[in-house]
Amino acid sequence: MIEAAVSMSALGLGLGLLLGVAARRFHVESPPIVDAIEGILPGTNCGACGYPGCRGLAEAMSEGAAPVTACAPGGRDVALALAAIVDTDGGGGGAVSGMAEAEPTVAFIFEDHCTGCMRCFKRCPTDAIIGANRQIHTVVTDACIGCNACIEACPTEAIVARVKPKTLKSWYWDKPRTAFEARGAEVAA
Amino acid sequence: MTAPLIISGPHTHTLFTVSRTMLTVSAALAPATLFGLWMFGWPAIFLFLVTVASAWLFEVACLRVAGKPVARFAGDGSAILTGWLVAMTLPPYAPWWLGGTGSAIAIVIAKHLFGGLGQNLFNPAMVARAMLLIALPVHMTTWVAPVGLPEGPGFLDGLAITFAGSQEFDAVSSASTLSHIKSQIGAGATMSEIAPDLAGLEARLIGLVPGSLGETSTILLLLGGIALMALRIVTPVIPLSVLGTLAGLSALASTLAPDRFAPPLLHLTSGSTMLCAFFIATDYVTSPVTAMGKFVYGVAIGALVFVIRTWGSFPEGVAFAVLLMNACTPLIETYVRPRVFGRTRTGKPLPVKARAPRGGKR
Amino acid sequence: MSFPHFAALFRPSQFFGIRGGVHPETRKHLSSESPIEDMPIPTLLRVPLQQHIGAEAEPLVRRDDLVVKGQLIGRARGPVSANIHAPTSGRVIAVGHFAAPHPSGLPIPTITIRTDGQDSWGPRLGRLRPENATPEEIAAKVAEAGIVGMGGATFPSAVKLNLRAKYDLHTLVINGAECEPYLTCDDRLMRERAEEIADGVGIMARALGVAQIVVAIESNKAEAISAMQRFDRALDIPLRVQVVPTQYPMGSEKHLVKILTGRETPARALTADLGVVVHNAATAHAVHLAVRYGEPLLSRVVTVSGRAVRRPANVRVLIGTPVSEVIAHCDGYAEEPDRLLLGGPMMGQPIQNPRVPVVKGTSGILALTRAETPGLDTMPCIRCGRCAQACPVGLTPFELNARIQSEDLEGAGRIGLLDCITCGCCSFTCPSNIPLVQTIHYAKGKLAEAEGRRHQQEETKRLAAARKAREEAAAEAKRQMMAKRKAEMEARKQREAAAPPPPPPAQAMAQPGGAAQ
Repeated sequence: MIEAAVSMSALGLGLGLLLGVAARRFHVESPPIVDAIEGILPGTNCGACGYPGCRGLAEAMSEGAAPVTACAPGGRDVALALAAIVDTDGGGGGAVSGMAEAEPTVAFIFEDHCTGCMRCFKRCPTDAIIGANRQIHTVVTDACIGCNACIEACPTEAIVARVKPKTLKSWYWDKPRTAFEARGAEVAA
Repeated sequence: MTAPLIISGPHTHTLFTVSRTMLTVSAALAPATLFGLWMFGWPAIFLFLVTVASAWLFEVACLRVAGKPVARFAGDGSAILTGWLVAMTLPPYAPWWLGGTGSAIAIVIAKHLFGGLGQNLFNPAMVARAMLLIALPVHMTTWVAPVGLPEGPGFLDGLAITFAGSQEFDAVSSASTLSHIKSQIGAGATMSEIAPDLAGLEARLIGLVPGSLGETSTILLLLGGIALMALRIVTPVIPLSVLGTLAGLSALASTLAPDRFAPPLLHLTSGSTMLCAFFIATDYVTSPVTAMGKFVYGVAIGALVFVIRTWGSFPEGVAFAVLLMNACTPLIETYVRPRVFGRTRTGKPLPVKARAPRGGKR
Repeated sequence: MSFPHFAALFRPSQFFGIRGGVHPETRKHLSSESPIEDMPIPTLLRVPLQQHIGAEAEPLVRRDDLVVKGQLIGRARGPVSANIHAPTSGRVIAVGHFAAPHPSGLPIPTITIRTDGQDSWGPRLGRLRPENATPEEIAAKVAEAGIVGMGGATFPSAVKLNLRAKYDLHTLVINGAECEPYLTCDDRLMRERAEEIADGVGIMARALGVAQIVVAIESNKAEAISAMQRFDRALDIPLRVQVVPTQYPMGSEKHLVKILTGRETPARALTADLGVVVHNAATAHAVHLAVRYGEPLLSRVVTVSGRAVRRPANVRVLIGTPVSEVIAHCDGYAEEPDRLLLGGPMMGQPIQNPRVPVVKGTSGILALTRAETPGLDTMPCIRCGRCAQACPVGLTPFELNARIQSEDLEGAGRIGLLDCITCGCCSFTCPSNIPLVQTIHYAKGKLAEAEGRRHQQEETKRLAAARKAREEAAAEAKRQMMAKRKAEMEARKQREAAAPPPPPPAQAMAQPGGAAQ
């Protein structure tokens, strides 16, 4: 009886000691996370998140005040990358899985309404809008990140966000549904 | 013209489907089964029907509960094949509830609790056999001599044996070849002393020995297996490696100590060796997919069967050997992979020869 | 129930062919005995500016321009691109967009020509005497003629003919395998135009500077083999006709080279690394026409087949002819087709709109009936391993499928997703009828998209940094301007106060600000 108690206690003590040593020995200092977050964010300071620039969002995110999904132009990829380094529990309802895999959007200027006022030109964080004063502006689709800053800036509401048009190069096959999913869709239909 | 269908190619397909595969396997099993049913008479027929029918009913019930399309899945024949294989491994005079329980274990526990067709880790029929063998050792090892349909119990007696557990019909109960060897060697006898008591090679080949319902006829099972290989339902890798390893190990052991170990021919022609090698171990779902993986799997099953039969506490080790290797299948598949075209075995691209531009020849 | 034919068990190709592969029913007999016929000129031609891999051609004509046969209407842009020529004479009625001959049916830049039926030739390309021409001249001529790989890959042929500059080449392989079921256009071309093909092959061999030529033809094309064999001594470079087993995908470039030379092309390398260049037989014919007669690539032979077509045939069709017109030429549909495909049934692309044009890479137009195509019901994977047995690359498609279905694309990449050649053997052989190939297409597209997005993100960062730098520079310049003004004001004040004015100190400082701008 006593032998059993003693041996179990010794075993427990020994293992506990081992755990304690391991915790100290392999302790990882959590890195300064703000820089890491800022590195992942697009860095355009477009302001779509409502924070002052990407640095501001990074600080808010590191404190848990902003969810990892806050960066709309970055989309799901950025959110996933952020979720890997940020403690998502503190984010407050920012589950990445809930973030629909939204089609990327780009700005589109209705030429009839454009007055050539240059306001959107000045706001664009990536210089995706080209045009000169009193000339109709246009959007370079490849450079546009869909931050919608220009839409707010436009005085004549000539700019809308559109789903980025597919091209032969960007088109690919849909994911086939599995037999089980297909059946669910049949029932729903 | 209606809107044409836009799905990716290929737009042509082989004729093989899941249900055709299942049907072909059933056809290959049929000769040995019919022989078993004839030899063991009415009780075996009733037991077989009960087991297969209950397997199908359990399948339908499980599909209902899981909300899967019953019509498509229940018609694929996989449940019937599973029930069939369970019945093949039962003693022929077993009561009806043993067949029903076996089907329930196979279909409900081993198949549908793991996610249904294609998802099960363990071979359903072998799970049922192993569980019954451990839970009901007496029922599962009560053998009778094969006397043929006309000599055996009549229709009504058969009904009584299967459904009422009647002991009235005076069946000649006897030991199977493997259990006889096990008990005798355990009692200290040598192989040469045991040998005269055993059924002859010819009887074992044809199936005139006591044993499970569908496992007795070595020749018919072998023919069914060869048919499966010829029709390319199974590749020869697993059967050959299982049988080869079992034969090789037993040959080695019986050469070294002929008195203590059974000879290879005895191993190959007794118990469920043939059924295992061609119909159980080759189960698609629970065996590795690549040829190399199949080889590893087959060799390990052959070795385990030999080890369990020789040193284990059960006379027959097929079920346990198969289940153990089923558990190893994911591991085998992770490590044994085919080489990718243009790459080495480790996945690196093959070395490119240094490019030698030919400037001087122009 | 139907099982593989008994003879299939003893087919030698099983032992000497490529690893994996499948033997689909070839159904080539539907069209293999119909000689190549010329299709009358249709009233409208829609010529896309992108019929090749690489950059889109630049349109050279405008609406209402009159064009003559062989006139250059689209000029190659960049090193990997191809010229486009007017297939016949007529008037350009639109330079706009039209549905692509592609499953997506997305609009692509297209020149629409209303033909005038005269078919009047403009000036042809300058002819060459290949015996005296340098390899560079031959390659330039091929580039000028807008020739692309006509087996379906549509890679600009001139680029491949220029490989001798970078690689040590010794063998030219002419791919006449035509392993796709139904297709017979290369077979017919080799039977009817063997001499012209042999001449084209000789020209290409000269351009490449190779020491030997191998013409690979599948064993089921006996007449094409004997037709080509007649020319094995016609050239000054040894030409050998090599019969290869009838097995899909024998026409895959790297697998064909493996069969012929026994050497495996390393992953992510070219066959040119082994000193081998592969060209299609139809491409050789186009090269012959371009170099000997100065004819650019204006038409191609297309197999029109499938049981839904009333009169399967091999038709020489002008580039840009609507698919529906080609089918109408073959007496229309015998019954409602289930699918309309461009190319073979294994790797061909289904199309939604039957009016899309035939392009340089269209080897076949197939209208398949319901009975010819697989059903849509899929079952769960039963891990039978047929896909892994059939895969000519040595992948485990069922595993790829499982990983992609759970969106583990990186995991799929680790087990060889990007090595897949999407030949379709796995889907073909799957007893559960799982759309493995479409799943893999999806994963590849998705990965490419993610890669593109990552690239764009980096670009965005660069753009943002550039903008930031510019804004800062502007602000700095403004500040310095202010300082300069202030200094000038001070100076003026001082000058007004004292007689000798000091030189303005801000001038030197203004320099970097100006430079930054």
